Amino acid sequence: MNYDIVVIGGGPAGLAAAVAAFDAGVRDILILERDDELGGILNQCIHNGFGLHTFKEELTGPEYAARFIQKVKDRGITYMLNTMVLELTKDRHVIAMNRENGVMDIEAKAVILAMGCRERARGALNIPGFRPAGIYSAGTAQRLVNMEGFMPGREVVILGSGDIGLIMARRMTLEGAKVKLVAELMPYSGGLKRNIVQCLDDFNIPLLLSHTVVDVRGKERVEGVTIAQVDERLKPIAGTEKYYPCDTLLLSCGLIPENELSRDMGVLMNPVTNGPVVNESFETSVSGVFAAGNALHVHDLVDYVSEEAGFAGVHAAGFVLDGCKDEHRSEIRVELSGGARYAVPSSIDPKFVPNGVTIRFRVGQVMKDRKVCVYLDGEKVSERKRRIMAPGEMEQVVLTGAVLAAHKGIGSILIAVEEE
Amino acid sequence: MEIRTLTCIGCPMGCQIEVGMDGEVICSVSGNSCMKGDIYARKEVTNPTRIVTTTVRVEGSVSGAQTVSCKTRSDVPKGKIFDCVRDVAAVSVHAPVHIGDVVKANIAGTGVDMIATKDVP
Repeated sequence: MNYDIVVIGGGPAGLAAAVAAFDAGVRDILILERDDELGGILNQCIHNGFGLHTFKEELTGPEYAARFIQKVKDRGITYMLNTMVLELTKDRHVIAMNRENGVMDIEAKAVILAMGCRERARGALNIPGFRPAGIYSAGTAQRLVNMEGFMPGREVVILGSGDIGLIMARRMTLEGAKVKLVAELMPYSGGLKRNIVQCLDDFNIPLLLSHTVVDVRGKERVEGVTIAQVDERLKPIAGTEKYYPCDTLLLSCGLIPENELSRDMGVLMNPVTNGPVVNESFETSVSGVFAAGNALHVHDLVDYVSEEAGFAGVHAAGFVLDGCKDEHRSEIRVELSGGARYAVPSSIDPKFVPNGVTIRFRVGQVMKDRKVCVYLDGEKVSERKRRIMAPGEMEQVVLTGAVLAAHKGIGSILIAVEEE
Repeated sequence: MEIRTLTCIGCPMGCQIEVGMDGEVICSVSGNSCMKGDIYARKEVTNPTRIVTTTVRVEGSVSGAQTVSCKTRSDVPKGKIFDCVRDVAAVSVHAPVHIGDVVKANIAGTGVDMIATKDVP
Protein backbone atom coordinates (compact mmCIF):
# COMPACT_ATOMS: atom_id res chain seq x y z
CA MET A 1 0.00 0.00 0.00
CA ASN A 2 1.21 3.52 -0.84
CA TYR A 3 -0.07 6.88 0.28
CA ASP A 4 1.31 10.38 -0.03
CA ILE A 5 0.43 11.21 3.57
CA VAL A 6 -0.50 8.85 6.39
CA VAL A 7 -2.02 10.46 9.48
CA ILE A 8 -1.72 8.45 12.71
CA GLY A 9 -4.86 9.22 14.72
CA GLY A 10 -8.35 10.41 13.76
CA GLY A 11 -8.93 12.87 16.60
CA PRO A 12 -9.07 16.65 16.23
CA ALA A 13 -5.37 16.94 15.29
CA GLY A 14 -5.44 14.15 12.72
CA LEU A 15 -8.66 15.40 11.12
CA ALA A 16 -7.45 19.02 10.86
CA ALA A 17 -4.05 17.94 9.52
CA ALA A 18 -5.62 15.72 6.87
CA VAL A 19 -8.07 18.44 5.75
CA ALA A 20 -5.32 21.07 5.53
CA ALA A 21 -3.00 18.73 3.62
CA PHE A 22 -5.80 18.00 1.15
CA ASP A 23 -6.55 21.70 0.70
CA ALA A 24 -2.84 22.29 0.10
CA GLY A 25 -3.01 20.00 -2.92
CA VAL A 26 -2.28 16.45 -1.75
CA ARG A 27 -5.07 14.03 -2.66
CA ASP A 28 -3.70 10.69 -1.55
CA ILE A 29 -4.20 10.78 2.23
CA LEU A 30 -4.97 8.01 4.72
CA ILE A 31 -6.10 8.49 8.33
CA LEU A 32 -5.57 5.54 10.68
CA GLU A 33 -7.81 5.47 13.78
CA ARG A 34 -7.82 2.77 16.44
CA ASP A 35 -11.33 3.50 17.77
CA ASP A 36 -14.51 2.54 15.91
CA GLU A 37 -15.27 6.14 14.94
CA LEU A 38 -13.44 9.35 14.04
CA GLY A 39 -13.32 12.27 16.47
CA GLY A 40 -11.03 10.94 19.19
CA ILE A 41 -11.49 12.11 22.75
CA LEU A 42 -13.98 14.81 21.65
CA ASN A 43 -16.62 12.09 21.42
CA GLN A 44 -16.67 11.68 25.19
CA CYS A 45 -16.36 15.42 25.93
CA ILE A 46 -20.09 16.11 25.79
CA HIS A 47 -19.79 19.48 27.58
CA ASN A 48 -19.86 22.74 25.66
CA GLY A 49 -17.16 25.35 25.22
CA PHE A 50 -15.32 24.02 22.18
CA GLY A 51 -14.72 26.06 19.06
CA LEU A 52 -15.08 29.63 20.30
CA HIS A 53 -11.99 30.65 18.32
CA THR A 54 -12.51 28.41 15.29
CA PHE A 55 -16.25 28.66 14.72
CA LYS A 56 -17.12 31.70 16.88
CA GLU A 57 -19.69 29.64 18.73
CA GLU A 58 -19.70 27.27 21.68
CA LEU A 59 -19.98 23.69 20.57
CA THR A 60 -19.92 20.43 22.48
CA GLY A 61 -17.06 18.01 21.81
CA PRO A 62 -19.05 15.71 19.50
CA GLU A 63 -20.34 18.72 17.53
CA TYR A 64 -16.83 20.13 17.11
CA ALA A 65 -15.59 16.72 15.94
CA ALA A 66 -18.55 16.39 13.56
CA ARG A 67 -17.58 19.62 11.76
CA PHE A 68 -14.11 18.26 10.97
CA ILE A 69 -15.38 14.73 10.22
CA GLN A 70 -17.72 16.34 7.67
CA LYS A 71 -14.77 18.18 6.09
CA VAL A 72 -12.89 14.88 5.81
CA LYS A 73 -15.90 13.17 4.22
CA ASP A 74 -16.62 16.10 1.88
CA ARG A 75 -13.08 15.77 0.52
CA GLY A 76 -13.31 12.00 0.19
CA ILE A 77 -10.22 11.51 2.37
CA THR A 78 -9.67 7.81 3.09
CA TYR A 79 -9.74 6.57 6.67
CA MET A 80 -9.52 3.20 8.38
CA LEU A 81 -11.20 2.59 11.74
CA ASN A 82 -10.42 -0.11 14.32
CA THR A 83 -6.89 0.06 13.01
CA MET A 84 -3.87 -0.03 15.28
CA VAL A 85 -0.48 1.26 14.19
CA LEU A 86 2.21 -1.09 15.48
CA GLU A 87 5.38 0.46 14.17
CA LEU A 88 6.78 3.36 12.21
CA THR A 89 10.12 3.13 10.46
CA LYS A 90 12.54 5.93 9.66
CA ASP A 91 11.99 5.42 5.94
CA ARG A 92 8.30 6.07 6.58
CA HIS A 93 6.76 2.65 6.45
CA VAL A 94 3.68 2.40 8.66
CA ILE A 95 3.01 -1.06 10.01
CA ALA A 96 -0.64 -1.27 11.03
CA MET A 97 -3.28 -3.92 11.52
CA ASN A 98 -7.01 -4.42 11.68
CA ARG A 99 -9.42 -7.35 11.50
CA GLU A 100 -10.24 -6.99 7.80
CA ASN A 101 -6.78 -6.52 6.31
CA GLY A 102 -4.53 -8.18 8.86
CA VAL A 103 -1.08 -6.64 9.07
CA MET A 104 -0.43 -3.90 6.53
CA ASP A 105 2.83 -2.32 5.42
CA ILE A 106 1.90 1.15 4.23
CA GLU A 107 4.54 3.23 2.48
CA ALA A 108 4.10 6.96 3.09
CA LYS A 109 5.85 9.95 1.56
CA ALA A 110 5.03 11.88 4.74
CA VAL A 111 3.67 10.85 8.13
CA ILE A 112 1.76 13.05 10.58
CA LEU A 113 1.88 11.94 14.22
CA ALA A 114 -1.46 12.76 15.87
CA MET A 115 -1.86 10.08 18.53
CA GLY A 116 -3.06 12.39 21.29
CA CYS A 117 -2.23 11.85 24.93
CA ARG A 118 -2.94 9.57 27.89
CA GLU A 119 -3.80 10.30 31.48
CA ARG A 120 -1.24 9.90 34.23
CA ALA A 121 -2.27 6.73 36.06
CA ARG A 122 -2.19 5.78 39.73
CA GLY A 123 1.05 3.86 39.31
CA ALA A 124 2.81 7.07 38.29
CA LEU A 125 1.47 9.01 41.28
CA ASN A 126 2.85 6.93 44.17
CA ILE A 127 -0.44 6.96 46.10
CA PRO A 128 -0.10 4.68 49.12
CA GLY A 129 -2.81 2.30 50.27
CA PHE A 130 -4.64 -0.73 48.96
CA ARG A 131 -5.43 -1.36 45.32
CA PRO A 132 -9.20 -1.83 45.38
CA ALA A 133 -11.72 -1.38 42.58
CA GLY A 134 -13.16 2.13 42.29
CA ILE A 135 -10.04 4.07 41.27
CA TYR A 136 -10.39 5.49 37.80
CA SER A 137 -8.69 8.12 35.73
CA ALA A 138 -11.13 10.98 35.15
CA GLY A 139 -11.16 10.29 31.42
CA THR A 140 -12.05 6.65 31.94
CA ALA A 141 -14.95 7.68 34.14
CA GLN A 142 -15.94 10.20 31.46
CA ARG A 143 -16.07 7.50 28.83
CA LEU A 144 -18.03 5.15 31.11
CA VAL A 145 -20.63 7.78 32.00
CA ASN A 146 -20.99 9.54 28.66
CA MET A 147 -20.53 6.76 26.12
CA GLU A 148 -21.18 3.45 27.88
CA GLY A 149 -24.01 4.88 30.01
CA PHE A 150 -22.55 3.43 33.20
CA MET A 151 -21.99 5.16 36.55
CA PRO A 152 -18.70 4.13 38.14
CA GLY A 153 -19.67 5.19 41.68
CA ARG A 154 -21.89 7.20 44.03
CA GLU A 155 -19.59 8.90 46.52
CA VAL A 156 -16.64 10.46 44.82
CA VAL A 157 -13.36 12.13 45.72
CA ILE A 158 -11.31 13.63 42.90
CA LEU A 159 -7.55 14.02 43.08
CA GLY A 160 -6.15 16.63 40.72
CA SER A 161 -7.88 19.70 39.36
CA GLY A 162 -7.11 19.20 35.69
CA ASP A 163 -9.94 20.13 33.35
CA ILE A 164 -11.21 16.59 32.94
CA GLY A 165 -11.40 16.19 36.72
CA LEU A 166 -13.38 19.42 37.03
CA ILE A 167 -15.69 18.45 34.18
CA MET A 168 -16.27 15.05 35.78
CA ALA A 169 -17.02 16.64 39.17
CA ARG A 170 -20.00 18.33 37.51
CA ARG A 171 -20.94 15.38 35.36
CA MET A 172 -20.98 12.89 38.27
CA THR A 173 -22.98 15.39 40.35
CA LEU A 174 -25.58 15.80 37.59
CA GLU A 175 -25.87 12.02 37.33
CA GLY A 176 -26.70 11.79 41.03
CA ALA A 177 -23.32 11.14 42.64
CA LYS A 178 -22.05 13.07 45.64
CA VAL A 179 -18.69 14.64 44.84
CA LYS A 180 -17.15 15.38 48.22
CA LEU A 181 -14.16 17.40 47.17
CA VAL A 182 -11.44 18.00 44.63
CA ALA A 183 -7.93 17.84 46.12
CA GLU A 184 -5.07 19.53 44.27
CA LEU A 185 -1.44 18.97 45.21
CA MET A 186 -0.29 22.32 43.83
CA PRO A 187 -1.21 25.71 45.34
CA TYR A 188 -3.11 26.53 42.12
CA SER A 189 -5.51 24.64 39.87
CA GLY A 190 -4.30 23.14 36.63
CA GLY A 191 -7.73 23.68 35.10
CA LEU A 192 -9.32 26.56 33.25
CA LYS A 193 -11.03 29.28 35.28
CA ARG A 194 -14.36 28.72 33.62
CA ASN A 195 -14.32 25.08 34.66
CA ILE A 196 -13.68 25.96 38.29
CA VAL A 197 -16.63 28.35 38.18
CA GLN A 198 -19.06 26.19 36.21
CA CYS A 199 -18.11 22.74 37.51
CA LEU A 200 -17.21 23.34 41.16
CA ASP A 201 -18.55 26.71 42.36
CA ASP A 202 -21.96 26.15 40.71
CA PHE A 203 -22.38 22.94 42.73
CA ASN A 204 -20.63 24.00 45.94
CA ILE A 205 -17.93 21.37 45.49
CA PRO A 206 -14.90 22.35 47.58
CA LEU A 207 -11.48 22.66 45.92
CA LEU A 208 -8.69 22.00 48.43
CA LEU A 209 -5.44 23.42 47.07
CA SER A 210 -2.12 22.07 48.44
CA HIS A 211 -3.83 18.82 49.45
CA THR A 212 -3.29 15.24 48.35
CA VAL A 213 -4.38 11.66 48.99
CA VAL A 214 -2.13 9.97 51.54
CA ASP A 215 -4.09 6.73 52.00
CA VAL A 216 -6.68 4.67 50.16
CA ARG A 217 -8.79 2.41 52.35
CA GLY A 218 -10.79 -0.62 51.17
CA LYS A 219 -9.76 -4.09 50.10
CA GLU A 220 -12.22 -5.09 47.35
CA ARG A 221 -13.73 -1.66 46.72
CA VAL A 222 -12.66 1.83 47.77
CA GLU A 223 -14.15 2.61 51.20
CA GLY A 224 -12.54 5.98 51.74
CA VAL A 225 -9.47 8.11 51.27
CA THR A 226 -7.34 10.15 53.64
CA ILE A 227 -6.51 13.65 52.46
CA ALA A 228 -3.71 15.74 53.95
CA GLN A 229 -2.36 19.21 53.40
CA VAL A 230 1.11 19.48 51.86
CA ASP A 231 3.91 21.95 52.57
CA GLU A 232 5.75 24.07 50.01
CA ARG A 233 7.93 21.07 49.21
CA LEU A 234 4.70 19.15 48.43
CA LYS A 235 5.25 16.83 51.41
CA PRO A 236 2.17 15.91 53.54
CA ILE A 237 1.98 17.81 56.83
CA ALA A 238 1.52 15.49 59.84
CA GLY A 239 -1.64 16.19 61.79
CA THR A 240 -3.62 17.59 58.83
CA GLU A 241 -5.01 14.20 57.71
CA LYS A 242 -8.75 13.94 57.27
CA TYR A 243 -10.67 10.81 56.29
CA TYR A 244 -13.40 10.97 53.66
CA PRO A 245 -15.63 7.91 53.15
CA CYS A 246 -16.22 7.33 49.41
CA ASP A 247 -16.58 4.47 46.93
CA THR A 248 -14.75 6.10 44.04
CA LEU A 249 -11.50 8.00 43.56
CA LEU A 250 -11.01 9.82 40.25
CA LEU A 251 -7.54 10.89 39.18
CA SER A 252 -7.04 14.00 37.08
CA CYS A 253 -3.31 14.47 37.51
CA GLY A 254 -1.95 15.43 34.16
CA LEU A 255 -1.76 14.24 30.59
CA ILE A 256 1.18 12.66 28.85
CA PRO A 257 1.60 12.76 25.06
CA GLU A 258 1.43 9.26 23.61
CA ASN A 259 4.68 8.72 21.76
CA GLU A 260 5.69 5.07 21.93
CA LEU A 261 5.60 4.98 18.12
CA SER A 262 7.61 8.20 17.84
CA ARG A 263 10.28 7.05 20.32
CA ASP A 264 10.63 3.65 18.69
CA MET A 265 11.24 5.24 15.31
CA GLY A 266 13.98 7.41 16.81
CA VAL A 267 12.28 10.80 16.78
CA LEU A 268 14.08 13.27 19.06
CA MET A 269 11.88 13.99 22.08
CA ASN A 270 11.49 17.08 24.25
CA PRO A 271 11.78 15.96 27.89
CA VAL A 272 9.61 18.88 29.07
CA THR A 273 6.61 18.30 26.78
CA ASN A 274 7.11 14.53 26.35
CA GLY A 275 6.38 15.23 22.70
CA PRO A 276 8.65 15.32 19.66
CA VAL A 277 10.97 18.27 19.11
CA VAL A 278 9.61 20.10 16.07
CA ASN A 279 10.74 22.98 13.88
CA GLU A 280 8.60 25.78 12.43
CA SER A 281 7.10 23.32 9.93
CA PHE A 282 6.01 20.99 12.76
CA GLU A 283 8.50 18.53 11.34
CA THR A 284 10.27 16.20 13.77
CA SER A 285 13.95 15.24 13.72
CA VAL A 286 13.03 12.53 11.20
CA SER A 287 12.63 14.03 7.74
CA GLY A 288 9.05 13.83 6.41
CA VAL A 289 7.57 13.01 9.82
CA PHE A 290 5.41 15.76 11.29
CA ALA A 291 3.64 16.04 14.65
CA ALA A 292 0.47 17.77 15.84
CA GLY A 293 -2.06 17.98 18.64
CA ASN A 294 -1.66 16.55 22.12
CA ALA A 295 0.94 14.05 20.92
CA LEU A 296 3.14 17.09 20.29
CA HIS A 297 2.33 18.98 23.49
CA VAL A 298 -0.76 18.99 25.69
CA HIS A 299 -3.08 21.85 24.70
CA ASP A 300 -5.67 23.69 26.74
CA LEU A 301 -8.07 24.41 23.86
CA VAL A 302 -8.93 22.19 20.92
CA ASP A 303 -9.06 25.28 18.70
CA TYR A 304 -5.27 25.57 18.99
CA VAL A 305 -4.93 21.85 18.27
CA SER A 306 -6.84 22.30 15.02
CA GLU A 307 -4.86 25.40 14.07
CA GLU A 308 -1.43 23.86 14.68
CA ALA A 309 -2.42 20.58 13.08
CA GLY A 310 -3.54 22.56 10.03
CA PHE A 311 -0.03 24.01 9.74
CA ALA A 312 1.47 20.53 10.18
CA GLY A 313 -0.80 19.33 7.35
CA VAL A 314 0.19 22.20 5.06
CA HIS A 315 3.91 21.62 5.66
CA ALA A 316 3.54 17.86 5.19
CA ALA A 317 1.78 18.57 1.89
CA GLY A 318 4.58 20.97 0.93
CA PHE A 319 7.15 18.28 1.68
CA VAL A 320 5.34 15.79 -0.57
CA LEU A 321 4.65 18.25 -3.40
CA ASP A 322 8.28 19.40 -3.27
CA GLY A 323 9.51 15.90 -3.98
CA CYS A 324 10.29 14.83 -0.39
CA LYS A 325 13.64 16.60 -0.40
CA ASP A 326 15.73 16.58 2.74
CA GLU A 327 16.46 20.30 2.47
CA HIS A 328 19.30 22.07 4.18
CA ARG A 329 17.91 24.06 7.07
CA SER A 330 19.38 26.84 9.12
CA GLU A 331 17.43 26.48 12.31
CA ILE A 332 17.42 29.13 15.00
CA ARG A 333 16.68 27.72 18.44
CA VAL A 334 13.91 29.46 20.39
CA GLU A 335 15.52 30.51 23.69
CA LEU A 336 13.42 31.03 26.82
CA SER A 337 13.79 33.08 29.97
CA GLY A 338 11.73 34.15 32.95
CA GLY A 339 9.50 31.15 33.48
CA ALA A 340 8.50 29.75 30.08
CA ARG A 341 9.08 26.00 30.36
CA TYR A 342 9.12 25.09 26.70
CA ALA A 343 8.29 26.42 23.26
CA VAL A 344 6.61 24.74 20.31
CA PRO A 345 8.03 24.97 17.69
CA SER A 346 11.43 24.90 19.39
CA SER A 347 13.43 26.06 16.39
CA ILE A 348 12.68 28.22 13.39
CA ASP A 349 14.06 28.59 9.90
CA PRO A 350 12.34 31.79 8.68
CA LYS A 351 12.71 30.63 5.07
CA PHE A 352 9.93 28.09 5.58
CA VAL A 353 7.41 30.40 7.25
CA PRO A 354 7.12 33.49 5.01
CA ASN A 355 3.70 34.24 6.54
CA GLY A 356 5.01 34.10 10.08
CA VAL A 357 4.74 31.58 12.86
CA THR A 358 2.93 31.27 16.20
CA ILE A 359 5.07 29.97 19.06
CA ARG A 360 3.14 28.44 21.96
CA PHE A 361 4.49 27.87 25.45
CA ARG A 362 3.51 27.32 29.06
CA VAL A 363 4.83 28.84 32.26
CA GLY A 364 5.82 26.74 35.29
CA GLN A 365 3.97 28.67 37.97
CA VAL A 366 1.28 31.28 38.47
CA MET A 367 2.74 34.72 37.77
CA LYS A 368 1.08 38.12 37.96
CA ASP A 369 1.77 41.40 36.17
CA ARG A 370 4.21 40.18 33.56
CA LYS A 371 4.96 41.04 30.00
CA VAL A 372 5.89 38.60 27.29
CA CYS A 373 8.69 40.04 25.15
CA VAL A 374 10.27 38.69 21.99
CA TYR A 375 13.87 39.56 21.12
CA LEU A 376 15.48 38.90 17.75
CA ASP A 377 19.27 39.18 18.05
CA GLY A 378 18.73 41.15 21.26
CA GLU A 379 16.33 43.65 19.69
CA LYS A 380 12.87 43.72 21.24
CA VAL A 381 10.30 43.23 18.46
CA SER A 382 7.16 42.71 20.53
CA GLU A 383 5.83 43.10 24.02
CA ARG A 384 2.48 42.04 25.44
CA LYS A 385 1.18 42.65 28.93
CA ARG A 386 -0.22 39.67 30.85
CA ARG A 387 -2.10 40.40 34.06
CA ILE A 388 -1.98 36.73 35.00
CA MET A 389 -0.15 33.72 33.62
CA ALA A 390 -0.89 30.19 34.84
CA PRO A 391 0.53 26.75 34.01
CA GLY A 392 -2.95 25.54 33.05
CA GLU A 393 -3.26 27.97 30.16
CA MET A 394 -1.15 28.08 27.03
CA GLU A 395 0.56 31.30 26.07
CA GLN A 396 1.57 32.37 22.61
CA VAL A 397 3.67 34.86 20.70
CA VAL A 398 3.30 35.57 17.01
CA LEU A 399 6.30 36.28 14.81
CA THR A 400 4.73 37.88 11.75
CA GLY A 401 6.10 37.42 8.28
CA ALA A 402 6.86 41.14 8.21
CA VAL A 403 8.94 41.00 11.39
CA LEU A 404 10.87 37.97 10.14
CA ALA A 405 11.44 39.62 6.76
CA ALA A 406 12.77 42.75 8.46
CA HIS A 407 15.26 40.68 10.45
CA LYS A 408 16.87 38.52 7.78
CA GLY A 409 19.85 36.51 8.90
CA ILE A 410 19.08 36.63 12.62
CA GLY A 411 20.95 34.25 14.88
CA SER A 412 18.77 34.21 17.99
CA ILE A 413 15.13 34.27 19.05
CA LEU A 414 14.35 34.84 22.72
CA ILE A 415 10.94 34.69 24.43
CA ALA A 416 11.29 36.45 27.77
CA VAL A 417 8.67 36.62 30.49
CA GLU A 418 9.54 39.82 32.36
CA GLU A 419 8.15 41.64 35.36
CA GLU A 420 6.13 44.73 34.63
CA MET B 1 -22.49 49.29 48.24
CA GLU B 2 -21.83 45.55 48.11
CA ILE B 3 -19.02 44.25 45.86
CA ARG B 4 -19.52 40.85 44.24
CA THR B 5 -16.44 39.22 42.72
CA LEU B 6 -16.96 36.92 39.74
CA THR B 7 -14.67 34.94 37.48
CA CYS B 8 -15.66 35.61 33.89
CA ILE B 9 -16.27 32.47 31.86
CA GLY B 10 -16.65 34.18 28.49
CA CYS B 11 -13.25 32.94 27.37
CA PRO B 12 -10.18 31.19 28.84
CA MET B 13 -8.83 34.51 30.15
CA GLY B 14 -11.02 34.14 33.25
CA CYS B 15 -11.02 37.83 34.20
CA GLN B 16 -11.79 38.65 37.84
CA ILE B 17 -14.75 41.02 37.61
CA GLU B 18 -16.02 43.17 40.47
CA VAL B 19 -19.67 44.17 40.37
CA GLY B 20 -20.81 46.95 42.70
CA MET B 21 -24.37 46.30 43.84
CA ASP B 22 -26.73 48.59 45.68
CA GLY B 23 -29.44 46.08 46.58
CA GLU B 24 -30.60 44.75 43.22
CA VAL B 25 -29.17 47.69 41.27
CA ILE B 26 -25.81 47.33 39.50
CA CYS B 27 -23.69 50.43 40.13
CA SER B 28 -20.38 49.42 38.56
CA VAL B 29 -18.61 46.64 36.64
CA SER B 30 -14.81 46.53 36.57
CA GLY B 31 -11.94 44.13 35.92
CA ASN B 32 -13.28 42.80 32.63
CA SER B 33 -11.13 43.15 29.50
CA CYS B 34 -13.95 43.10 26.96
CA MET B 35 -17.68 43.70 26.55
CA LYS B 36 -18.34 39.97 26.90
CA GLY B 37 -17.21 40.25 30.52
CA ASP B 38 -19.47 43.21 31.19
CA ILE B 39 -22.48 41.39 29.75
CA TYR B 40 -21.62 38.18 31.62
CA ALA B 41 -21.18 39.95 34.95
CA ARG B 42 -24.45 41.89 34.67
CA LYS B 43 -26.30 38.71 33.76
CA GLU B 44 -24.56 36.55 36.35
CA VAL B 45 -25.61 38.76 39.26
CA THR B 46 -29.20 39.14 38.07
CA ASN B 47 -30.14 36.10 35.97
CA PRO B 48 -27.39 33.44 35.79
CA THR B 49 -27.87 30.92 32.98
CA ARG B 50 -26.07 27.83 31.68
CA ILE B 51 -26.11 25.46 28.75
CA VAL B 52 -26.90 22.02 30.18
CA THR B 53 -25.25 19.00 28.58
CA THR B 54 -26.02 15.37 29.37
CA THR B 55 -26.73 12.06 27.64
CA VAL B 56 -29.80 9.94 27.00
CA ARG B 57 -30.14 6.28 26.15
CA VAL B 58 -30.27 5.35 22.50
CA GLU B 59 -31.82 2.14 21.22
CA GLY B 60 -31.28 0.24 18.00
CA SER B 61 -28.01 1.86 16.94
CA VAL B 62 -26.18 -0.10 14.24
CA SER B 63 -22.92 1.29 15.62
CA GLY B 64 -23.63 -0.26 19.00
CA ALA B 65 -23.81 3.16 20.68
CA GLN B 66 -25.48 3.08 24.10
CA THR B 67 -25.97 6.81 24.56
CA VAL B 68 -26.38 9.97 22.58
CA SER B 69 -25.07 13.27 23.93
CA CYS B 70 -27.40 16.25 24.10
CA LYS B 71 -27.57 19.88 25.18
CA THR B 72 -30.10 22.60 25.79
CA ARG B 73 -30.45 24.54 22.54
CA SER B 74 -29.82 27.75 24.48
CA ASP B 75 -29.07 28.84 28.05
CA VAL B 76 -31.46 27.87 30.84
CA PRO B 77 -31.62 29.44 34.31
CA LYS B 78 -28.83 28.14 36.53
CA GLY B 79 -31.38 27.04 39.14
CA LYS B 80 -32.97 24.69 36.55
CA ILE B 81 -29.84 22.62 35.79
CA PHE B 82 -30.86 19.65 37.94
CA ASP B 83 -34.48 19.81 36.74
CA CYS B 84 -33.27 19.59 33.13
CA VAL B 85 -31.10 16.55 33.81
CA ARG B 86 -33.88 14.82 35.78
CA ASP B 87 -36.37 15.55 33.01
CA VAL B 88 -34.37 13.50 30.48
CA ALA B 89 -33.25 10.78 32.92
CA ALA B 90 -35.90 8.36 31.69
CA VAL B 91 -35.86 9.48 28.05
CA SER B 92 -34.58 7.07 25.45
CA VAL B 93 -34.47 7.71 21.71
CA HIS B 94 -34.33 5.44 18.69
CA ALA B 95 -31.44 5.48 16.27
CA PRO B 96 -30.74 6.96 13.83
CA VAL B 97 -30.29 10.28 15.59
CA HIS B 98 -28.92 13.41 13.94
CA ILE B 99 -27.22 16.45 15.41
CA GLY B 100 -29.96 18.95 16.23
CA ASP B 101 -32.78 16.40 16.61
CA VAL B 102 -35.05 17.31 19.52
CA VAL B 103 -34.52 14.77 22.30
CA LYS B 104 -37.12 16.37 24.54
CA ALA B 105 -39.05 19.55 23.86
CA ASN B 106 -39.52 22.28 26.46
CA ILE B 107 -37.16 20.72 28.95
CA ALA B 108 -38.28 21.12 32.58
CA GLY B 109 -40.74 23.79 31.48
CA THR B 110 -37.96 26.19 30.50
CA GLY B 111 -39.28 26.64 26.98
CA VAL B 112 -35.92 25.38 25.68
CA ASP B 113 -35.52 22.10 23.78
CA MET B 114 -32.93 19.45 24.59
CA ILE B 115 -31.25 18.55 21.29
CA ALA B 116 -28.85 15.81 20.20
CA THR B 117 -25.20 16.81 19.73
CA LYS B 118 -24.08 13.72 17.90
CA ASP B 119 -25.03 11.66 14.87
CA VAL B 120 -25.81 8.10 15.94
CA PRO B 121 -26.44 5.80 12.98
